[in-house]
Amino acid sequence: MKTVARQVTFYAIAIGAWLVVARLHLWPPYLFPPPQGVLESLWTGFADHSFWIAIAVSMKRIAIGYALSVVIGVALGVGMGSSKFLEQTLGGLLVSLQSLPSICWLPMAVLWFGLSEKAILFVVVMGSVLSVTIAMESGRKQLPKIYAMAGRNLGARGFKLFLFVLFPASLPYLLTGLKQGWAFAWRSLIAGEMIFVSLGLGQLLMMGRDLNDMSQVIAVMILIVTIGYIVDGLIFRTFERRLQYKWGLTSAT
Amino acid sequence: MTTSPQPVSIADRRYLPSRFAAWPASEVVPAQSLPAGVEEQTPKVALNDITLEYKTNGLPLLALDRINLQVKAGEFLCIVGPSGCGKSTLLHLIAGLQQPTSGTVLIDGKAVDGPGTDRILIFQELGLFPWLTVADNVGFGLKMKGIPKSERKLKVGYYLRLVQLSQFADSYIHQLSGGMRQRVALARALATEPDVLLMDEPFAALDAQTRDLLHDELERIWAETGRTIIFVTHNVREAARLGDRVAVFTFRPGRIKREFAVEQPRPRQIEDPAISRCAKEILGDLREEINKSLEQEYRVSS
Repeated sequence: MKTVARQVTFYAIAIGAWLVVARLHLWPPYLFPPPQGVLESLWTGFADHSFWIAIAVSMKRIAIGYALSVVIGVALGVGMGSSKFLEQTLGGLLVSLQSLPSICWLPMAVLWFGLSEKAILFVVVMGSVLSVTIAMESGRKQLPKIYAMAGRNLGARGFKLFLFVLFPASLPYLLTGLKQGWAFAWRSLIAGEMIFVSLGLGQLLMMGRDLNDMSQVIAVMILIVTIGYIVDGLIFRTFERRLQYKWGLTSAT
Repeated sequence: MTTSPQPVSIADRRYLPSRFAAWPASEVVPAQSLPAGVEEQTPKVALNDITLEYKTNGLPLLALDRINLQVKAGEFLCIVGPSGCGKSTLLHLIAGLQQPTSGTVLIDGKAVDGPGTDRILIFQELGLFPWLTVADNVGFGLKMKGIPKSERKLKVGYYLRLVQLSQFADSYIHQLSGGMRQRVALARALATEPDVLLMDEPFAALDAQTRDLLHDELERIWAETGRTIIFVTHNVREAARLGDRVAVFTFRPGRIKREFAVEQPRPRQIEDPAISRCAKEILGDLREEINKSLEQEYRVSS
């Protein structure tokens, strides 16, 4: 309760200060809109469905892109975790590639795929796949050998052994990578959409700039933050809690 | 052929109506004096000249040296030896998780060339799956076999009742006590209905009361299911309490030093003076090996 009270106080003061500063008219409203202006932009955005469409387009892209990242990342991570050759060659390359901001893949994507959905997906995948790969690889290495042995002993072999034993056993190690991968995927998507004009939240943000509409810019930013928070706070947190409950891990707070 | 009653051998006892019928009480006898005729059956498990060599720091280390051992169907064999004698490794070889340098493991006369659900190993660390409920752990081997869900559920229910864990079917592993986890591991191994159960010091980490209780349960379950059990332990009393036969291993390289037949009626009690006498005799044999292993340890550490 105390935390909630503190948060309410904090946001009340912040919005109050925003209101006061906007009232002082230090800057013109198109550069520094009052809170009610942003609220109005949010309202009209949802009312004329432009926000809903943008959210739907972006969510579809992130769902496909992130799913691809997880599948590719897990496969690469398992490969690197079980082959010394891959670990020493591909492993080093992937770590160095991680320093590359994901938007740097956009020119390549546009040249290869043109101005299509594929180009955006490419950027999203490149932005997040490395986190998943590296987490899966380290998870595979830290994983106690006993699980694989017990699984083989009970008749699990090949892909079944991976699907029913190795993958679930490495989930606690993989979870941080999945969360980080999600965050990177979300950022890459918005960045890609901003440069690459074809619907989505990123494009809506740029449209606000083009129209000199600061209210819309702030409204879309709020939207992006909120969606990011919901996915992280609800989906991943729930998943994490379930995992901690099953494994009997103490929550990392 | 005559119809007169044959002398009851250890193997024949499996097929008596009740395994716990009054058995002739006698003291421990060397295995060589087993009644004739027992050796003629095809053994459930036969180890022929098993040798295993490791390379540690480039130096070859002989872990197991020409092990020859036969276990009859339904027999309870205990293997005792000092730590580091390779007795756990031997179980991994029988389970097919590891290959011997030379020699063969035969199950019903057929050579083993990998893991199979006819032999299930219960690891010392158990290796229960923390992401699955107790029931799903027990049903895991059945699921791998592709047995349909409804049938699986029946079997899991039966084996959970057998180890008296029915009300914990939906619990997760971390919610159970050490003794309960042992029973889950036992149920998980039994559920695949293996012919041979391999147990690697399963009760070593438990407190004495829990261990005594599990001895009783294991003996009862063994009697009910008629499995062949090979049980590795460093606890001589445990070996005498549980085994039909006890094989003593030497310290590095692991060899079979001697075998004892424990001819005590079942169900047994660990407090039984006859069991203590058996244990004492076996321990006398084992002590020499333990001393060797301790000497080695001190030499390495000083």
